[in-house]
Amino acid sequence: MKLVIGIVRPEKANDVLTALYRAEVRGVSLSRVQGHGGELDRVETYRGTTVKMGLAEKVRFEIAVSDEFVEPAIEALCEGGRTGEVGDGKIFVVPLERAVRIRTGETDHGAVTPVDA
Amino acid sequence: MTGPPQLVAAAQVNAGDTAWMLIATALVLLMTPALGLFYAGLVRSKNTLNTFMMCVAALAVATVMWAIVGYSIAFDGDGPIIGGLGHAFLNDVTFEPRDGTTIPHLLFMAFQATFCIITVALVSGAVVERMRFGPFLIFAALWSVLVYAVLAHWAFGGGWLIEGGTLDFAGGVPVEMGSGFSALAAALVVGARKDYGRQALLPHNAVYVLLGAGLLWFGWFGFNGGSGFSTGNSGVLAFTNTLLCPACTLVVWFALDLVRGRQVTAIGAATAIIVGCVGITPAGGFISPGWAMALGALAALPSYAVIVWRPRTRVDETLDVLAAHGIAGLTGILFIGFFAQNSWNGVSDGLVYGDAGQLGWQALAALAAPTYAFVATFVILRVIGLVMPLRASEGEEALGMDVVQHGEEAYVTGEGAVLMPTAPDGERPVKEPV
Repeated sequence: MKLVIGIVRPEKANDVLTALYRAEVRGVSLSRVQGHGGELDRVETYRGTTVKMGLAEKVRFEIAVSDEFVEPAIEALCEGGRTGEVGDGKIFVVPLERAVRIRTGETDHGAVTPVDA
Repeated sequence: MTGPPQLVAAAQVNAGDTAWMLIATALVLLMTPALGLFYAGLVRSKNTLNTFMMCVAALAVATVMWAIVGYSIAFDGDGPIIGGLGHAFLNDVTFEPRDGTTIPHLLFMAFQATFCIITVALVSGAVVERMRFGPFLIFAALWSVLVYAVLAHWAFGGGWLIEGGTLDFAGGVPVEMGSGFSALAAALVVGARKDYGRQALLPHNAVYVLLGAGLLWFGWFGFNGGSGFSTGNSGVLAFTNTLLCPACTLVVWFALDLVRGRQVTAIGAATAIIVGCVGITPAGGFISPGWAMALGALAALPSYAVIVWRPRTRVDETLDVLAAHGIAGLTGILFIGFFAQNSWNGVSDGLVYGDAGQLGWQALAALAAPTYAFVATFVILRVIGLVMPLRASEGEEALGMDVVQHGEEAYVTGEGAVLMPTAPDGERPVKEPV
């Protein structure tokens, strides 16, 4: 059981969702985050004030999956999120200790397997 | 022996009329930032400023072009197709009353200028979220003269439509059909947004849309109520019809929303306000209040149909200028042909009151204005497109036009922003080590 964290461009979030859906990875959380990963800074000017925008808007996917879905999830994130330019984002995979589905009390593998309903 | 005829005929400037027209001019000017708010709410948040700025661009470019040459093309002399250049650079536009009115010529020019501005801004709705700002400025300058001023001459300034007998109280021909069918041409030339038809491209702030529509309605009292150029009957009639007609459009739009989706929508309501105001624009001073209410109800139907149908096509006429302005303006223009009433307007009857010829002239306007607007806009944009790219690259479109075109964001937080000691003077942003 792993937690796959993908940080992607906001404009690619829809493509990533589509790719995840096609890979039959269900059950995702996403949040808007700001970050910096070595891409070019944007320069903006507000009246007389010129600033370098150090943080870029990103979307962070968090996907808890059983081991056999780790590779499909990573592939979907890469396929949906890639533009080839600096700033496409990162994927982190971390081990998951426990997972509980609140409705049923199912744990671990049962909790991260989507129900067909 | 009587004096020279022009002295006998010369009207005096009337203080009451002038006071109202000063206010009406300011009311119409407010409509352009109101439209900016309306349009900005309808686009995605990353394009908020660019969309609003296209309306601000109209305030800049259309006003300047109007003073230089547009006003003269529209309102100098009675040539059938275009006016002369006698009023170019506002030559001979002074405190003397404008022919046929009791207000100073200078004020008449300013009032008409605000119509040109809002019309240029309206067309931008077809090309938001992908057209580059520079080419839009050039388009606005050319379009305000080659399309708006020409159509205004036909309908208002002594051109062939008004001379033939077409009735257009406040701009069904130049403003509404002119902008609507130009928008269709602009959408076709510029092309669809890259995600159009593949992703849901949703309005980012419905409150802006409603507030913009409300402010537009408010300004429209000057637009229609001022188009009698006096505080006389026709202005009062148009002013009151501007209250009644959009209210009826709203009610019918609610009903259509209920039938189609079982819920009344806010963005639908905002759209209905615009459609109702547009419908009454050509007809305001020519039809009775009762028929104005009927027009409001009727005008909802074709515009609603086009708004439902258009997104299923490949034509990304993004903010539905054609449906809200072109189609509703056309409905209003034709409606006059049936229901104009001499006892209310003192000018002419429509078909229902015994004059079939009026309908003929209304139909001719409804054919000629859309055709000219569409073809001329198509050619103007194609020519600009030969000189420079009309639209941003796909990457820029994805990033959003606010950052790419203006170097600003509408909803900037300032987190992570680092002050730069000096302005970059066009230098490229540098890559920073982490």
